[in-house]
Amino acid sequence: MPKDGGIGASSKRREDVRFLTGNGNYTDDINMRGQAYVHFLRSDIAHGTLTSVDTSAAAAMPGVIQIFTGDDFAEIGGMPCGWQVTDKHGEAMQEPKHPVLAHGKVRHVGEPIAAVVADTLEQARDAAEAIEVEIAELPAVVNMKDAVKDGAPKVHDDLTSNLCYDWGFVEENKAAVDGAFEKAAHVTTLELVNNRLVANPMEPRVAIGDYNRSDGEHTLYTTSQNPHVIRLLMGAFVLGIPEHKLRVVSPDVGGGFGTKIFHYQEEAFCTFAAKAINRPVKWTSTRSEAFMSDAHGRDHVTKIQMALDADNNFTALRTDTYANMGAYLSTFAPSVPTWLHGTLMAGNYKTPLIYVNVKAVFTNTVPVDAYRGAGRPEATFQLERLVDKCAHELGVDPIALRRQNFITEFPYATPVAVEYDTGDYVATMDKLEEMSDIAGFEARRKESEAKGKLRGFGVNCYIEACGIAPSNLVGQLGARAGLYESATVRVNATGGLVVMTGSHSHGQGHETSFAQVVAEMIGIDENMIEIVHGDTSKVPMGMGTYGSRSIAVGGSAMVRATEKIIAKAKKIASHLLEASEGDIELKDGAFSVAGTDKSVAWGDVTLAAYVPHNYPLDDIEPGLEETAFYDPSNFTYPSGAYACEVELDPETGVVTIERFSAADDFGNIINPMIVTGQVHGGLAQGIGQALLENCAYDEDGQLLSASYMDYAMPRASDLPFYDVDHSCQTPCTHNPLGVKGCGEAGAIGSPPAVVNAVLDAMRSGGSKVEHIDMPVTPSRVWAAMNG
Amino acid sequence: MYNFDVEQPTTLADAVQALSRDEAQPLSGGQTLIPTLKARLAAPSVLVSLSGIDEMKGVCSDDAGRVCIGAATTHATVAREVADLYPALAGLAARIGDPAVRNRGTIGGSVANNDPSACYPAAVLASGATVVTNKREIAADDYFQGMFETALKEGEIVTEVKFPVPEAAHYEKILQPASRFPLVAVFVAKFPDGVRVAVTGASNNGVFRWSDAEAALGGDFSAQAVADLKIDSADMISDLHGTAEYRAHLVGVMTKRAVAAIA
Repeated sequence: MPKDGGIGASSKRREDVRFLTGNGNYTDDINMRGQAYVHFLRSDIAHGTLTSVDTSAAAAMPGVIQIFTGDDFAEIGGMPCGWQVTDKHGEAMQEPKHPVLAHGKVRHVGEPIAAVVADTLEQARDAAEAIEVEIAELPAVVNMKDAVKDGAPKVHDDLTSNLCYDWGFVEENKAAVDGAFEKAAHVTTLELVNNRLVANPMEPRVAIGDYNRSDGEHTLYTTSQNPHVIRLLMGAFVLGIPEHKLRVVSPDVGGGFGTKIFHYQEEAFCTFAAKAINRPVKWTSTRSEAFMSDAHGRDHVTKIQMALDADNNFTALRTDTYANMGAYLSTFAPSVPTWLHGTLMAGNYKTPLIYVNVKAVFTNTVPVDAYRGAGRPEATFQLERLVDKCAHELGVDPIALRRQNFITEFPYATPVAVEYDTGDYVATMDKLEEMSDIAGFEARRKESEAKGKLRGFGVNCYIEACGIAPSNLVGQLGARAGLYESATVRVNATGGLVVMTGSHSHGQGHETSFAQVVAEMIGIDENMIEIVHGDTSKVPMGMGTYGSRSIAVGGSAMVRATEKIIAKAKKIASHLLEASEGDIELKDGAFSVAGTDKSVAWGDVTLAAYVPHNYPLDDIEPGLEETAFYDPSNFTYPSGAYACEVELDPETGVVTIERFSAADDFGNIINPMIVTGQVHGGLAQGIGQALLENCAYDEDGQLLSASYMDYAMPRASDLPFYDVDHSCQTPCTHNPLGVKGCGEAGAIGSPPAVVNAVLDAMRSGGSKVEHIDMPVTPSRVWAAMNG
Repeated sequence: MYNFDVEQPTTLADAVQALSRDEAQPLSGGQTLIPTLKARLAAPSVLVSLSGIDEMKGVCSDDAGRVCIGAATTHATVAREVADLYPALAGLAARIGDPAVRNRGTIGGSVANNDPSACYPAAVLASGATVVTNKREIAADDYFQGMFETALKEGEIVTEVKFPVPEAAHYEKILQPASRFPLVAVFVAKFPDGVRVAVTGASNNGVFRWSDAEAALGGDFSAQAVADLKIDSADMISDLHGTAEYRAHLVGVMTKRAVAAIA
C-alpha cells in the first residue's frame, strides 16, 4: 500500500505549484531599486596578448557609469581553485592565476576582457562595441596531446608547461598491475573519447551585486548550487570581505547539473562593482554567453586495458586518460578526473589490481569542471565499454562475463582506495534481465530487420560514489573545504517547523522530500514543515548540493537536528506528563507515557517551550531550536544495471532508442516519484551525451557548437518511455536514513548501454566496427559502417 | 538588439512605401530575422511588418488549378488549409520546426530568405512554382540563385507563391539533430510531363534540382530507378553534423524514399 505521507510516500512536489504557475522567484526576477546593468565584452580570440584596451570613446557613451578592465582587478585576488591535486611524484599541481577580467592575455573564446556598467543593458552593449581592443594573436592549443608536446604554445607563460598534473593512482601498485598484464591470458584494449558537454540548465546564470553603505554589508544574489561556498571563496580569496559582511542568496534556481557549483568571475565582478559605483549591478547571461562561459563537462581521451586469466576472470586494469582543464582551473576541476574518477575504476568488479593515470592539460578552451556525474560517467563509460569489448573478443555473453566478475561480498575494499558498504549487483542484474525482456529480443530484432532496420541490445552496470564526503578524508586528498552539511530545525510555538538546510534545491524537490523525513520522525503532517535554503543569512552553514549528496549528507544533518529536537521535546513532555523521561514515547505527533493512556500533543509541548509557565526551567532552556552538523564517515555507493535497445537505419545511420530499462539500488528511498523523476532526467542527459551532445572547437580554438543551432540537446522525441525500477534496496550502513543518493545515476549509467547497443546493432548488420565515439550521430554511424 | 522603428502597414502599397525608407527591412514571421537582431547581426532603421496585410494572407486555387498561398500565410495555416489541395506541401509545412515556429513563420519569409537548409524552397522548386512579388512573377527555376541569394531586387516583396499541383509528390527529410532543420531533404513531384526533384540542406549553393534523378525517374518512376544513382559530393556542405560524402549519400537515400512513398 502506498503511504500517504512521510518516508516512502510519493508526495506531490510542493514547489511545483509556484514553478508551474509562474510564481517562482528566480534571480533574474529580482530587481533592485536603482540597479545598473553590466555587459561583458568577451574575447573572440582563443589565445593572444592583450596589447591595448581603449575604453575612452565607450566611456563617453550615453548611460555609461563606469567601464572596468583587468587593470581594475590587478590588486585583487584571482578566482580560487578549491582542490589541490598532488601528482605522481608528490608535487603539487600547476595552478595558474585566474583573473576576474583578462589581464595581459586572453586564453579562451568568451573570456571577459572588459565590463561596461550602464543605466540600461542596451546602453552597456552599445558602449561595449565602442571599446577598442587590440589582441596580438598567438597560436592556440586545443588538442590535449598536442598541448603537452615539447615546444607547444603555453596557455600560461609562467607555468613550466600545459600539464597541470600527472597523477598516478595507486602509484605503488603500478608495477604489480604491469606484471599482471604480462601474465594475462587475454588483454583487451580500448581507446575512446568522452565528449565535451555543455550543461545547459534551463535558467542561465545571473548575478546581482548590492552594497549597503550604512552597514557595509555586501549582498550577492546568484544562481548557485552552494551559496555558502560562494561566500567563502569570493569573500576570503577574491574580494577580501569577511563573511559577516557578505550575504549570498541563491533563490529558486532553474537547474544546475554541476555547472552552478563553481564561483564565477561575474559574481565577483557584480559584488565588487556594486560598491564601486554605489548602485546594485545586475548581469543576466545570454544563452550565447553561457556556451562560452559556463564551465563545460567531461572531455577525456582515454586508453584502457583489461587483463584476464584463462577463465575470463579480470586480473588487472590500467587506464591512461588525458583530461581537459580548459584555460583555467575552475573551482573543483582538478578533483573530477582524479578522486571522482580514479576511485571508481573498480566499478562493480572484483578486479584485484588497478592503476589509473590521468594527465590534466591546459588548453585554450572554456574551463572544464563537474557536470552531472563528474568523473564517474567517464569511469563508467570506459570500464563498461571495455568489458563489452572483452566479451566480444572472447566470444562470451556480456552479461555472463559481468556476473562472473561481480563483487558479491560487502563491505568490499577496492584496490582504488574506497570501501563499498553495501550493494547487490546480482539482484539489480536479475531485475534488469526481467525488465528488459531479453527473451523477446530476437523476435523484436526480426521485426526490425523486416523493415530494413538493424536492432541492437546493450547493457552496462555502474557504481558511483555519492554523498561527498568525509571531511578528514577529502582533506588528505587535496580538498580545500570540509564536506559536511548543516541543518537547523526551528520549532515555532504553535508546532510548525522551519528547517534550514545547507543543501540547495535547484529542481530536485528538496522542499517536498526533506519535509517528508521530518514529518515521519515526529509523526506530523508534511504541511507543518517549511524547508528554507539558499540564503547565508538564514542558514548557519552549508556546503551545497552536488554529487548526489543532499539527502545522504544534508538529510542526515536534518535527522540529527530533529533527533535533538525530539530529545528536548521529550524532556518537556515528561515534565508536563509528570513521568520519567525514559517512559516518554513519540508517536503520530503525540507524546505518551508508555503503558498508560496519558499523553500530550506535539503542539502543547511546543507551546510550553515558548510559554514556559509550567516548564522545567531549572533543567532546560525555553525554546525549541536545534542545529546539527553531519560529517559522513564514508561515501555512499548507489549501483545498478541498465539496458538499452536501439533500432538503427543502416542507410542513414539514424539510431532510435526503442527501449530503455534501469534497475537501480539507491538504498532506502524517501519519495519514489521524485527518485523516478531524477532517474528520468539523468537518463535524458546520458542519452543526450551518447547520441546528440557535442561541444566542438576548431583548431584555432573557435567554439563551433556555440548555440542550439549546432549543439544538440535531447528532446522528448529523442527519448523512449523509460522502464525504471528501484526496488532493489541495500540500505547504506553508515547514515541514519540508509540512503545513497539518486541524482546522477541516470547520467552515469546510460551512455555505455546506448553505445553497446549501437555496436550490437552494427555487428548484426555485418559491421566489424569495434568502437564508435560519442555522440553516436547518424553521420558517424554511416561513416563507421561504410568506412 | 539595436533600436529600430516598426511600421505595421495594412496594405501592400503602404508596405512598399514604408520599405522605401533608408535601411528599412521587411519583417514577416521573424523566425530568422528576430534572432539575427537579438545577436546584433543586423541594424535596420525600420522594420516593416508584413503580418498585418490581409491581401498577403490565405490560400486559394486559381483558374489554372494552382494552389496560391499568400506570402504572409503561416506554416500552420498552410498545413491545415492545403491538406486537401496539395497534401505533400501541407505535410512539409506541418513538419517545419515546432508549433511556435509554425504559428509565426511564413512561406514568404522562408522563400525570401532562402536558407540553404529551409524546407519550403524544395517544394517551390520541385513544384515549378511561381514566386509573385509586388512587381512581377518569377519562375522558381529563376528565383533561387544560391545560398541566401534570390532574384529579389531592392524593395521587392514576395506577395504570393503559386504552386502547380503534381499528380503525386512527397517530401522526405532527415533532421539535423541540433537545429532540426533538414540535414538533407528531397521533394519529388511527378507531373504528366516529367518529374522534378529538388534538394535542400545539402549544397553550398542552396536548393537545387537533381537533374540525373529527374531524367532517371522520367523514364521509370520507381525507387529502383534511382537506387544506384550517385551525386557528386564536391559542392556539398560539410560541417559538425555531416560530411559532404554523407550528405551526397543522403540525397540518394531521401530521393529513393520519396519516390517509394508515392510510386
